[in-house]
Amino acid sequence: MTAQGAPTGALREITDRALDTAMSMGADYADVRVVRRVEESVTVRTGRVESVASDESEGVGIRVFAYGAWGFAATRRYDADAIDRAADEAVRLARAAAPSLRRRVTLAERPRAYGTYATPVREDPFALPLEAKVADLLDADAALAVPGVVSTMSTYAAQREWKTFAATDGSLTEQVFTHVGAGVEAHAVRGNEHQRRSYPEARGGRWRQAGYEFVRELDLKGNAARCGEEAVALLSAPSCPEGPATVVIDPSQLYLQIHESCGHAAELDRVFGAEASYAGTSFLTTDLLDSGFRYGSDLVTLVADATVPGGPGSFGWDDEGVAAQRTTLVENGILTGYLTSRDTASRVGRPSGGTVRAESWNRLPLVRMTNVNLMPVPGMSLQDIVADTDDGLYLTTNRSWSIDDRRWNFQFGTEIAYEIKGGRLGRILKNPVYSGITPEFWRSCDAVADERSYVMYGNPNCAKGLPPQCVQVGHGCSGARFRGVRMAAGR
Amino acid sequence: MTTERSAELERYAERLLERARRHGATDAEVSVESRLSALTRFADSEIHQSVTEDTVRVNLRYVQGRRYGMAATGRLDDAALDTLVEGAAANAAGTAETDDWPGLPEPGPIPDVTGAYAAATGEATPELRAGIVREVIAAADAAGVGAYGSYATGTVTTAVLNSRGVRAVQTRSDAWLVTVHMSPDGGTGYAETCAVDVADVDGAALGREAAGKARAADNAVVLNPGECPVVLEEYAVADLLAKLGRCGFNARAVQEGQSFAAPGVRVAGDLVTVWDDGTDPAGLPSAFDHEGVGKERVSLIDRGRCVGLVHDTGTAARAGIRSTGHALPAPNPVGPLPTNMFMAPGRLSREELVGRLDRGLLVTRFYYTNPVDPKRAVVTGVTRDGVFLVEHGEIVAPVRDLRFSQSYLDVLRRVSAIGRDRRTVRGWFGGVSVLGDITVPAVLVDGFRFSG
Repeated sequence: MTAQGAPTGALREITDRALDTAMSMGADYADVRVVRRVEESVTVRTGRVESVASDESEGVGIRVFAYGAWGFAATRRYDADAIDRAADEAVRLARAAAPSLRRRVTLAERPRAYGTYATPVREDPFALPLEAKVADLLDADAALAVPGVVSTMSTYAAQREWKTFAATDGSLTEQVFTHVGAGVEAHAVRGNEHQRRSYPEARGGRWRQAGYEFVRELDLKGNAARCGEEAVALLSAPSCPEGPATVVIDPSQLYLQIHESCGHAAELDRVFGAEASYAGTSFLTTDLLDSGFRYGSDLVTLVADATVPGGPGSFGWDDEGVAAQRTTLVENGILTGYLTSRDTASRVGRPSGGTVRAESWNRLPLVRMTNVNLMPVPGMSLQDIVADTDDGLYLTTNRSWSIDDRRWNFQFGTEIAYEIKGGRLGRILKNPVYSGITPEFWRSCDAVADERSYVMYGNPNCAKGLPPQCVQVGHGCSGARFRGVRMAAGR
Repeated sequence: MTTERSAELERYAERLLERARRHGATDAEVSVESRLSALTRFADSEIHQSVTEDTVRVNLRYVQGRRYGMAATGRLDDAALDTLVEGAAANAAGTAETDDWPGLPEPGPIPDVTGAYAAATGEATPELRAGIVREVIAAADAAGVGAYGSYATGTVTTAVLNSRGVRAVQTRSDAWLVTVHMSPDGGTGYAETCAVDVADVDGAALGREAAGKARAADNAVVLNPGECPVVLEEYAVADLLAKLGRCGFNARAVQEGQSFAAPGVRVAGDLVTVWDDGTDPAGLPSAFDHEGVGKERVSLIDRGRCVGLVHDTGTAARAGIRSTGHALPAPNPVGPLPTNMFMAPGRLSREELVGRLDRGLLVTRFYYTNPVDPKRAVVTGVTRDGVFLVEHGEIVAPVRDLRFSQSYLDVLRRVSAIGRDRRTVRGWFGGVSVLGDITVPAVLVDGFRFSG
């Protein structure tokens, strides 16, 4: 947690008004977030600037606990009338929900939240001339266009959010978040065959809580030609074979495996059914906690860590005013914890893990992943693991994904596979797809790479809740090997 | 109220256009969308989330010759006007000239659409939503199962104006109720409806449908994967169309060589006819798209053959035709999408469809489906909330959920019968936030491959 000083209290007039009105209308507890968010994005498509866009949004979200129920209302206006109406509406919503209640809601205690947090930024992306960012992207896009590539896309985006949180217990925090993301992708087509290679990945690239220095570190241009060449080469590559295989999974795919089969599965609100009709439930039911349930092999330790500097899901305090922390979800293969809110944590007799966030001012805060990371294991680098593999596949860069509502039965496809023979990477294979059952898969992990290949990936579009909310989450990992994985037909 | 809102947004858009002109734009487009929405969510048969929001989005496309830039804001005050114009102009100035800039759309016909807004939906209260939810829960209670779902109501007023003379304004409403009922014995059931008018949402009926499914799905048996005939209920068919719409009938995907669609190509069985029609009041009608272009009815599949694509201004210019009115909000990396899709009904009842299965499965819906190979429309996903083994035309046992990975085109090619009743559900278009719908019947498919 990065507590960087005392809050200014600049928005106190708004936050006090919201909290006072909510309490006067009958709330037992209330909190309020005032959020301003700006974004910019550039998209270059096949050598031309397709779009340059900027966006801003701001408003107030008021959450109340009244009559034993939650209510939430949001307004884009800051005047006293609008704040009063929103606070009143939030209490009215709670009152309307109260007759249906069958379970008493209790909130895990937390200390008063007070302080500030800001993303460390070396090169402010919003201060950099637009022309420079467009030029960087055009350069990278041009490098993608090797012979045989039919279309390309290169993207850059940045987001900055100012968030003030206040609650009726006197909590007050002010946080400023800066996220940047960038990536390139090349497409090759022949007949009915379409292949894509991307760097660091498609769908907007890799994200970090950082300044433009992160985009420079990615070196899009330096990696673009390889993407183009591999996209074209995949058209002529043999198909990845079906059947059980030893697979070494690169961080560019493993991060999404963690996201879907661990991160979401560990969300305690899902376990309790809060997302059953949309995002789904979880096989990690609470009877498994403290029962020694083996989620993975001894090498598998997964943590939810909101304190990682630069992690896309890092912060000072969550949207309930709980300080950022590191919670072990799986330790040496055994389930040990969940991602929790104040009300879900109280149901398992634990303090909140501080993992509640909302997409923006107009959305109700929910249990969300922070940075859910697979911890590196000292001993072997990722290259050592490949060298230690006699016959297998090296899978890199996610292409497709699907998992059932319990986070149990999954299938992933990657953009490319490299054959491993005698400890060396060999020919490329197209359309690799693997499937499995979550705990069986993680129990089959017999090697996790050390910190030399540890990298933080981010998912800027992790969707959950209704109305759907997307937040930034992070996943650090170093790559790992799994035995007996089912490879399936990818076409 | 909606008339006042429409007029207010149109006046605002006019002022913004004028400021863009004065600033030096050679052309400009303003899209303003005001949304009042509320949602009541329930889990374990009690309301656990209850929310409301009042939001506005203003999008400005500022054109300077062959350059254009975009800016958006969530504010409607005067200061926001200037900030928006300055931002969009700066974005335009920072770009390179665009060789194939199609220009902004010219004014064209906008269809008369009736039944897009219901005052009762616009005036829906937390108490009304909670009342409907209690009906859903009561049906669950009666069956001894738990209810998990949500009931959302909303009103959206949209105004799209541009310097070429486009003036398009409309107000739409929608009510969307979805529930999953979960039995203590492992069964789950699903029911969903969407409508313009809250009066058309029957919570008790939906609750009974989901409860019946959940109880029927109790103590499901494991079935080995493989190929078998299936009856896909409407929820599953809606997913087929949504995925094919995005991967295939999107003109951008075609122009970039990433789609299976081409005129005359057989993509489905003879019985299958699919079109997009934003004006049909059976769905959630819309008169125009996010560029202010009137919605055209576009035939996508006619008796099994691909016959059309949906276009926005950009793809239409490249194809040398006019837009069909299917643009999404800018900036839009996806391309145009069909967001009001229909499949022609057949003649059989649901029971008759099931009766034609000698040995096969009845599938309620698909979940978490994603393209594995978009060009071949290969999609993976799982079944959810009710799969049943059918023998000699009778349901004999519930079945555990199964994963599949196969081409949705192969599924449509093997459609051998179609149900006569259709259902309208909210369309999900791969993360694109647009209000759309899909109206489909159940279908009988001669062979469907399950992988595990």
